[in-house]
Amino acid sequence: MQWETVIGLEVHVQLATQSKIFSGSSTAFGAAPNTQANAIDVAMPGTLPVPNEQAFRYAVMFGLAINADIGKRSVFERKNYFYPDLPKGYQTTQLAEPIVGTGYVDITLENGEEKRIRIHHAHLEEDAGKSLHEDFHGMSGIDLNRAGTPLIEIVSEPDIRSSDEAVAFARKLHSIVTSLGICDGDMSQGSMRFDVNISVRPKGQEEFGTRTETKNLNSFKFMEKCIAQEVERQIELIEDGGKVEQQTRLYDGDTHTAKAMRSKEEANDYRYFPCPDLLPVILDDQYIDEIRQSLPELPDARAIRFTSEYGLSPYDAGILSAEADVAAFFEATTKASSDAKLSANWIMGELSARLNAEELSIGKSKVSSEQLGKLITRIKDETLTSKLAKQVFDHLWQGAADVDDVIETQGFKTTGDDELAGIVDNIIASNPQQVDNYRAADEIKRKKMIGFFVGQVMKATQGQANPQKLNALLQEKLG
Amino acid sequence: MHNLTIAEISKKLQEKEFSSKEITQHFLDRIKRLDGTYNSFITLTEQEALAQAEAADKRLATGDAPTMCGVPIAHKDIFCTQGVKTTCGSRMLENFIAPYDATIVSNYKTAGAVTLGKTNMDEFAMGSSNETSYFGSVKNPWDVECVPGGSSGGSAACVAAQLAPAASATDTGGSIRQPASLCGLTGLKPTYGRVSRWGMIAFASSLDQAGTLTKTAEDSAIMLNVMASYDAKDSTCVNEPIPDYTATLNDSIKGLTIGVPKEYFGEGLHPGTELAVKNAIETYEKLGAKIKEISLPHSSLSVPAYYVIAPAECSANLSRFDGVRYGHRCEDPKNLEDLYMRSRGEGFGPEVKRRILVGTYALSAGYYDAYYSKAQKVRRLIKQDFVDAFKDVDVILGPTSPSPAFKFGAKGDDPVAMYLEDIYTIATNLAGLPGMSIPCGLVEDKPVGLQLIGNFFAEGKLLNVAHQFQLATDFHTLRAKVDE
Repeated sequence: MQWETVIGLEVHVQLATQSKIFSGSSTAFGAAPNTQANAIDVAMPGTLPVPNEQAFRYAVMFGLAINADIGKRSVFERKNYFYPDLPKGYQTTQLAEPIVGTGYVDITLENGEEKRIRIHHAHLEEDAGKSLHEDFHGMSGIDLNRAGTPLIEIVSEPDIRSSDEAVAFARKLHSIVTSLGICDGDMSQGSMRFDVNISVRPKGQEEFGTRTETKNLNSFKFMEKCIAQEVERQIELIEDGGKVEQQTRLYDGDTHTAKAMRSKEEANDYRYFPCPDLLPVILDDQYIDEIRQSLPELPDARAIRFTSEYGLSPYDAGILSAEADVAAFFEATTKASSDAKLSANWIMGELSARLNAEELSIGKSKVSSEQLGKLITRIKDETLTSKLAKQVFDHLWQGAADVDDVIETQGFKTTGDDELAGIVDNIIASNPQQVDNYRAADEIKRKKMIGFFVGQVMKATQGQANPQKLNALLQEKLG
Repeated sequence: MHNLTIAEISKKLQEKEFSSKEITQHFLDRIKRLDGTYNSFITLTEQEALAQAEAADKRLATGDAPTMCGVPIAHKDIFCTQGVKTTCGSRMLENFIAPYDATIVSNYKTAGAVTLGKTNMDEFAMGSSNETSYFGSVKNPWDVECVPGGSSGGSAACVAAQLAPAASATDTGGSIRQPASLCGLTGLKPTYGRVSRWGMIAFASSLDQAGTLTKTAEDSAIMLNVMASYDAKDSTCVNEPIPDYTATLNDSIKGLTIGVPKEYFGEGLHPGTELAVKNAIETYEKLGAKIKEISLPHSSLSVPAYYVIAPAECSANLSRFDGVRYGHRCEDPKNLEDLYMRSRGEGFGPEVKRRILVGTYALSAGYYDAYYSKAQKVRRLIKQDFVDAFKDVDVILGPTSPSPAFKFGAKGDDPVAMYLEDIYTIATNLAGLPGMSIPCGLVEDKPVGLQLIGNFFAEGKLLNVAHQFQLATDFHTLRAKVDE
């Protein structure tokens, strides 16, 4: 039987506000446990929440970016459950009246096709703290630094049909929130986390199958793996005559396996009700318009601009425009090099390979856009061959400060035209047999035979001859 | 000295008739000597009080000290006090010391008032008799076999026994006005949002309001002048101008229209209380006020609506007491569930548990619409009743509680009978309106109170109407006989 996968995503995005959503504590990552938890975050008796205006602004920015209705009236509710890293015993979140209503995101699939994924809604809420189950001798440690960090939870419609689509959608969201500057996008620090709702149904069937929800995925790779595994599990289960049970599953990034956390019967009754400590928040049109006017460039618009302004192919433009920091790096490099195409090639080629190898983001690149631009200039003015340029790039990556210094001190300079002509003459003169053979050969053989002369010249110039020029020169002199 | 009102103490402090240290010591001595009988204090803050008094005396010596400077008062033990235990009347917080002051506490500190100690109360402010306190019940100074009312029973009893000139208190469904009525005091619950809730331990957040228990309306005005402030730390605090509440006390009430809701004089009202209230109406007529019978048609629904909304909110508000970060934790928990069950099971008393259970039930899937949603609808209707009524009247008048103070245990087995204690006061909280109780007579040798309800943020008018009554009568000067 042919099966169809149906996927819906719930995406938690940590907002890059300075302070927490209901308290003045810092949201910076990595501080010593419980040093960024004040009386409100610890839920001391008598403390009260005060909403962070910046969090609302960011949520509205996101809503506008996905063409959504903005909830002019939004209401915080209490979601009640007990857990040691949930200090109040309830999470303050939104349910019936969220800040962002229905919207959509367009994704581009690998075959170039566009697909629209509808967003059901997105709401503001506070993050919980962290429970640490190791290193406490059978007990658990609680770190409340993260408690109260503002999140938007983005809930998609079940419009996704494959893990590729899911990843494309997740990447697009990542691209949108980082371009807006409302999230640092650092998945390794949990700045974006995914819950994936998965079900399968026989192809052609309208009714959805029973779904499972896998929580806590914090990388695109994990998401892809998890979906593949879960789809396979569900199909096998059904084909063996079994039934998929509605359940919540937890993905373990270390073992790359998911296991059932709780079934539908064990599901909590969260007893949502409007939080009496927080009044409904009313946004007026002026506030929303002002945010609309000040929205930064979004990835889709940027991709279009990159094709028209820089003449990039839609494919290159898509890659370079997706992330704000990559796009900024590209534009700065192009500014320094005055060559968009070469800049694009270097960023997507050499630089991207290095970053991937060392698992660095472009913000942490060891070669600046300015130096990369300068390097490209030196290729264009024929100071360097591409091959030499890669060696110079190596030196820069190892810590050298300036392209021209490297060329100077390491002697990475293309051999000059006159010098090259002299060397070619020399080689022709000292290899009469090969010259005769060459001149006697036909076109096809000559192509092979010219390699000998190229090799000799390169040897003599220690590889610093411009290959195009050398080729032209040899063909001319050998006749 | 202990017979004096705040207004009188303030005057004598300013005129250097005695020092803050002297009067503070006087009250501390009285508390130590007499409170064994009443149990109105949970914590006495002698050292802090004397230090504050000394500081106040220095300020007074400059000749430029505010009205409350050097005046000793007591705080209900629901308000967090930095460095001093705040128990909320519960075993759960038996040893809890907050790292901050409630806004109202710091307002009084800034004004130079002296804190004598923290007063007893029903556990987490849940009760109408002060019998649910983990620290023992409070005795009514008018009759030690009777309850002082609740939940601010300690605040009421200490003022009634003249162990403090005044006390802060809170009112979620009548917890200031009912004890004021039962102890012969002037109680004021301001408009919801008039006073910051920061640092006031929450029972039902949408209903809780801090206020005062004093001997006179004038003292209430002086106390409210300090207590009321706009506070950005409380999102429900309203940024409305705060007038000088003493400035309008002596305004004439000639031509003022007082509404008397017919629903407040039905079954369950003690005939003695009814008579005292009727006499008060006559007094107001003599003072030139116009009396108008009005109707608040949804009055009978206020108790059931309240006993859904308040427990629902409390069921969430009290979830933070889980034994994890502070408060009572059971010995040797076996696992997480055991930690929760025993810490909360041991830390909370039966009335608190009852309300958490009721609230949890009312919010549960399948019951939310029938209970919580419906109660919220009723709440809006009750508020609308008042909005309509205030189109025709300036102030609403009625009894505060159905009868004078009752004996300990009299309503112990019947929570609903206890809940009906607040039948006349609860609607005000549901609507968010300001309310007062002032003494209007004795029934069976015990005081009963007259309730006055004002429009939103009309505390000035309410205090004016109360003060004019106190100028014309002397019920507020009657004192319980204290066995010195």
